[in-house]
Amino acid sequence: MTIATFPPEPKPDPGWSRYFGFCTDAKVIGIQYIVTAFFFFLIGGLLAMVIRGELITPASDLVDRAVYNGIYTMHGTIMLFLFIFPVLNGLNNLLIPTMIGAPDMAFPRLNAVAFWLVPIFGSLLIASFFVPGGPAYSGWWSYPPVSIQNPLGHFVNGQGLWITAVALSGVSSIMGALNFVTTILRMRAPGMTITRMPVFCWTALAAQSLQLIGLPALTGGAIMLLMDLSFGTSFYRPEGGGDPVLYQHFFWFYSHPAVYVIILPVFGIFSELFPVYSRKPLFGYLYVALASFIIVGLGLIVWVHHMFPSGVAQWMRNLFMVFTMLIAVPTGVKVFAWLGTIWGGKLQLTTPMLFCLGGLFNFVFAGITGIMLATVPVDIHVSNTYFVVGHFHYVIYGAAVMGIFAAIYHWFPKFIGRMPYEGLGKLHCLLTFVGANLNFLPMHPLGLMGMPRRVSSYDPEFTFWNVVASLGAFLLGVSIIPFLLNMVSAWIRGPKATHNPWRAIGLEWLLPSPPPEDNFGEEVPTVISRPYGYGTGLPLVEHQDEIERRLDLQEASAA
Amino acid sequence: MTDTTLTPGSVEAHGQHSGHNLTGFIIFLCSESVVFLAFFSGYALLKTSALDWLPPGVEGLEWRTPLVNTVVLVSSSGTIYLAEQFKARDNMALFRGFWLLSMAMGAYFLYGQAVEWSGLQFGFTSGTFGGTFYLLTGFHGLHVATGILLMGLMLIKSFIPGNYSGGEQGVQATSLFWHFVDVIWIILFLLIYVWQ
Ligand code: HEM
Ligand SMILES: [Cu+2]
Repeated sequence: MTIATFPPEPKPDPGWSRYFGFCTDAKVIGIQYIVTAFFFFLIGGLLAMVIRGELITPASDLVDRAVYNGIYTMHGTIMLFLFIFPVLNGLNNLLIPTMIGAPDMAFPRLNAVAFWLVPIFGSLLIASFFVPGGPAYSGWWSYPPVSIQNPLGHFVNGQGLWITAVALSGVSSIMGALNFVTTILRMRAPGMTITRMPVFCWTALAAQSLQLIGLPALTGGAIMLLMDLSFGTSFYRPEGGGDPVLYQHFFWFYSHPAVYVIILPVFGIFSELFPVYSRKPLFGYLYVALASFIIVGLGLIVWVHHMFPSGVAQWMRNLFMVFTMLIAVPTGVKVFAWLGTIWGGKLQLTTPMLFCLGGLFNFVFAGITGIMLATVPVDIHVSNTYFVVGHFHYVIYGAAVMGIFAAIYHWFPKFIGRMPYEGLGKLHCLLTFVGANLNFLPMHPLGLMGMPRRVSSYDPEFTFWNVVASLGAFLLGVSIIPFLLNMVSAWIRGPKATHNPWRAIGLEWLLPSPPPEDNFGEEVPTVISRPYGYGTGLPLVEHQDEIERRLDLQEASAA
Repeated sequence: MTDTTLTPGSVEAHGQHSGHNLTGFIIFLCSESVVFLAFFSGYALLKTSALDWLPPGVEGLEWRTPLVNTVVLVSSSGTIYLAEQFKARDNMALFRGFWLLSMAMGAYFLYGQAVEWSGLQFGFTSGTFGGTFYLLTGFHGLHVATGILLMGLMLIKSFIPGNYSGGEQGVQATSLFWHFVDVIWIILFLLIYVWQ
């Protein structure tokens, strides 16, 4: 391989319009995903503000009870299917090809179709606010028999739109997963064996395998639900001989693994970022990487822990309780590896690092409450209370969303070519961390005291903690302002980024910022060592000095 | 998992991505089989827990005609395999002949299915038995139809000069899909017609 013509001459900026069309470049699709996801994040967040506004007083005064049911259902659905999954797929699109040195995804057109399904089913879901009877109101898990009621008798109704949207979301995610898995398996740079692959790619491979195994079950279950709702079958209808618990099996067979689809890439982000900002190799690389697949294996066989109160046999409860607790082992391996990485490192408290540290803290907290929930007696006691809501928001907001913010600040310079502002970033981090804890911590005592979830009014003895939680929620709402301000102003007029502003090690940092359309093109460097060689002086690829010197020269001449 | 370190040669293949199609298709089939797995386990669960499984007036399913259908469909796996063998020996005439025969056998199967459906005493709203019966056979039938369409497409493409210069992945994928549809049918036949 020669590196004679690398990096290529910078081409004129192709302009904004490509972000609004059917573009097959993974880097454009990645940004389309992320921007779309944050649009829906604002809608889901607005609904969350309405929820917390309602709950600041014990009475049901802000919204009608029936409307409240629709609001939390749509909040959960939008946040999961229109924010978290799309934003993670956006990161996958940006990071997987550049990290493994591929020019694009394996199937670029399929990739674009998968993305454009998101605004389509997103609009379907939002449209359900405007149909007679309002949106779906049966919770984000849509259990029958509630979800197969159609009191107004309209063929087009909120619940039907909900099921259609979720099924389409499944199709889109399966298309994405096919692409990510094939790309990782077949398109790695020369010399990048599977054990030299960055951990983010390991976790993406693990998470996307879960999508491929789990999602078809949910989609199948959703089709049957739609037929029960709209075409008069009785798969889940007890009066017709059907079994509502069957749906719960389908639903949780996917939706438990779905939490790993969310958290595994975040583990990947932590594993990428801690070494950069601690200037040390990732502690126990191979164990961290392999633990992802142990989590996949265990994650697929624990779904019944969501159904402990739903009349499953005692032997099943015990079995699934043990499996669930076993997941703590590979997860613990990862946590210790990160702590081992940070330990004694030269910590650089940049915005991404602060988000990672905050996220790790919240994750450990959520891990403790998670083990409590896995215990059958505790679960039966707090099931359907605010304890559960507190637990999963610690995982999702406290750990996953904070990890995603870390990734955005970390890789923004690479893909946009400009630096985000540190001051605004740190403000955003502080507000997020304080807001999230203030919001979600009080939910634990509330749950232990017995406050049920999904209610718009409650006993006045719960008022104190609810007021605290609502104030925290409003703080979280405010925290988005510095974030958006930062992103928009940095994109427009932030300082130009060099190819490697964080002095990070990885193929993506050997590309210009932003990378050219086909990344390395035909001149993919040959990988000669494991990732994360911080402080070891080992080069990652052949001719590394030469490549970096050329990038420096190009930047100097552009300046 | 195989170690798939890329050689510089295959990096060049990126342009057309031809090398990945089969990998992607196999992954897709694995994923698709989970939908069937979900339907199958749903069927088994509903059936074993049902108090009266068959709707009133229905005695059970007639299995002889479906058995004939089954034999035809399963043999078409053999004919498509033969077609592929002839393709490998560059005998295009016999390839097309056996390929067309496989398509015809698939079409016969669909026809047989339609005849069976039209003679049944129950509809898809007749309890969980009716629902699962039509869901399983219908969803499978959709796959058979897709398979026939794919085969037709490959047949037409085989007349385009230079069609196989980029590899034969289309033919391979289609025949893989057809074997998949057959295996699913065997499980389905055992579940629905044999286990009564
Ligand atoms: C902006 C910050 C957020 C606040 C203040 C918030 C608040 C809440 C509250 C109070 C509930 C319980 C509603 C009830 O049971 O009556 C809830 C439910 C839920 N939230 Fe959030 N949330 C936030 C962010 C998120 C995020 C980022 C996600 C996921 C990505 C998420 C996913 C869910 C889900 C799945 C439910 C369950 C809905 C249901 O019960 O069906 N939330 N949220
Ligand atoms: Cu779970």
